[in-house]
Amino acid sequence: MARYIPPVQSKLGQIIDVIVLVVLSVGALFLPLWLGLAGSAKLPVPVENPTWESLGQNPVMVQQWNKLGFPDAASAHDMITARYDYSFSWVSLAVMVIVIVGYFVMMIRFSDIEYREVIAEKFGEK
Amino acid sequence: MAQSDTDVDHTAHGQSMGLLRVLGPAHVWALGVGIVLVGEYMGWNFAVGKGGAYAALIACWFAGILYSCVAMIDSEVTSTVAAAGGQYTQAKHIIGPLMAFNVGLYLVFAYTMLEAGNAITLGFLVDTVAGMTGHEGGLDQRPFIVLAIMFLAWLNYRGVLATLTFNLVITAIAFCAIITIFLATSPLLGAGEMLHKDLMSGQASLPYGWLGILAAMHFGLWYYLGIEGTTQAAEEVRSPARSLPFGTLAGIMTLLIAATLTWYICSGLMPWEYLGDGVNGAVAPLFSAAQISGSSALVWLLGIGTLFATLASANGCINDASRAWFSMGRDHYLPAWFGAVHPVYRTPYRAIIFLVPIALIFALGAPLDQVITFSILSGLLGYTFMPINMIMFRKKWPLDTIKRGYEHPLHPLPAISLMALCSVTYFAVFLGYGTQLIAMIGFYIVVSLWFHFWRYRFVKRADQFTMPWPRPRGY
Repeated sequence: MARYIPPVQSKLGQIIDVIVLVVLSVGALFLPLWLGLAGSAKLPVPVENPTWESLGQNPVMVQQWNKLGFPDAASAHDMITARYDYSFSWVSLAVMVIVIVGYFVMMIRFSDIEYREVIAEKFGEK
Repeated sequence: MAQSDTDVDHTAHGQSMGLLRVLGPAHVWALGVGIVLVGEYMGWNFAVGKGGAYAALIACWFAGILYSCVAMIDSEVTSTVAAAGGQYTQAKHIIGPLMAFNVGLYLVFAYTMLEAGNAITLGFLVDTVAGMTGHEGGLDQRPFIVLAIMFLAWLNYRGVLATLTFNLVITAIAFCAIITIFLATSPLLGAGEMLHKDLMSGQASLPYGWLGILAAMHFGLWYYLGIEGTTQAAEEVRSPARSLPFGTLAGIMTLLIAATLTWYICSGLMPWEYLGDGVNGAVAPLFSAAQISGSSALVWLLGIGTLFATLASANGCINDASRAWFSMGRDHYLPAWFGAVHPVYRTPYRAIIFLVPIALIFALGAPLDQVITFSILSGLLGYTFMPINMIMFRKKWPLDTIKRGYEHPLHPLPAISLMALCSVTYFAVFLGYGTQLIAMIGFYIVVSLWFHFWRYRFVKRADQFTMPWPRPRGY
């Protein structure tokens, strides 16, 4: 196999490549944050006139809350009642599975095409 | 300590200047455990919030199995791939360039995000200590975050031996701090303050049921995330075939002990709702456990332990992220400018400096749980690659074709177990952080297309294959 000679990239081209990569990375990581779609915040479930008992806390738990600086049930109310919502749609789950599997399949196929060139040049054609 | 110059002249990559081979197995242990131990000091407790204390324990052990598989698989492959870049270099030789490019980015993001998370925790700790010593109104944490990252980047710039010797000392102190608080608070030697039975009764046992156990796997990874970073030292250890498996496997054993003790201490002292809230509640749970114990000696010890764990982790992350970035530059996957070695300190100095502002963007601009999630997602994609890599490695180079420094047992059981546990963790991430998962995979798809159709044209083909291995079977 003929040895592949890569083109020489200009300095400007190299700088542009790095900028593209950084912009894409920062965008992918910050976009969900900026759009308010990031993560699942816990939502408190309000309890009227909360007491330690109504919040499901036994005496040992109350003792530890006090040590942690929460003198009464009202002060710990938001933390105790906050819960995640784990409801989900099966369609969303199916989309996620397809995206992940599709990504890895694409990567392995493209990688294999490139890998065969590497091996052919390194060890010669079979 | 004398520094060996055995590889000064010519490396496998044909360069006139290589990284220094000066590290031993203890440094490998310090690199792996140093990166991860901070996971015991902060972050793991989000798993408690996701499913309760029992769920966090189950996640701790299942994640322990996942990482034991990672450590075994990594040890076998890396004992034959003695080059910087770790899993990136493995992927380049075993699967192909595009996979390697993606794996390199997983590594850089996982470590850079973890570094940012460490800096955020350090800022919180300084603020808390200032409050405890009488300062009112809170501190501006940003200067401490910037200074910590700059100082550690400078240390990394100056040389790998000093960097990882520093890590060895502070990691050992942080680990001893966990052992000390365990002995001081458990019935074994101490006052026996543990209250698991009462704190985990009734609704507190499994507040989200079995779904909560699955959800807890998301942050369960945080107990051990980064142990695979030991492979980044492959080009700088004196005896890779011996030191890397030894340091990595000793590291995962250390972490299994530390993770279980940490869960035991914290869940026995704090209500799960407080412990599981890593933003408004237990930001640094072992430090909180020391505070609640009432012992000022323990408060100082765990404060120092938290500080050292965050520094060790950020230090190791800078080391690993820069090696991955450097390796990609050296192979022209990124501009070759990044593939330079410092003429005096023999470190990948340009990669080290370039990643500093990237880490700062996230440390100063994103909340802790999001930063941790970004790191976990990159790590998870990397763990999904590993079983594929292992199966291909054994297929292309069976045991009788390449001498391994370590052969992991029961193949392909660890690879299959690892893939199954990764699938469970994807589901856990989907329960709440699905948007980030899709956004991140969307990013990797776009950059993969960019690499395959644009960037790869600048890469020499045969020069990428630097290991003295025979032709792979089937090619």
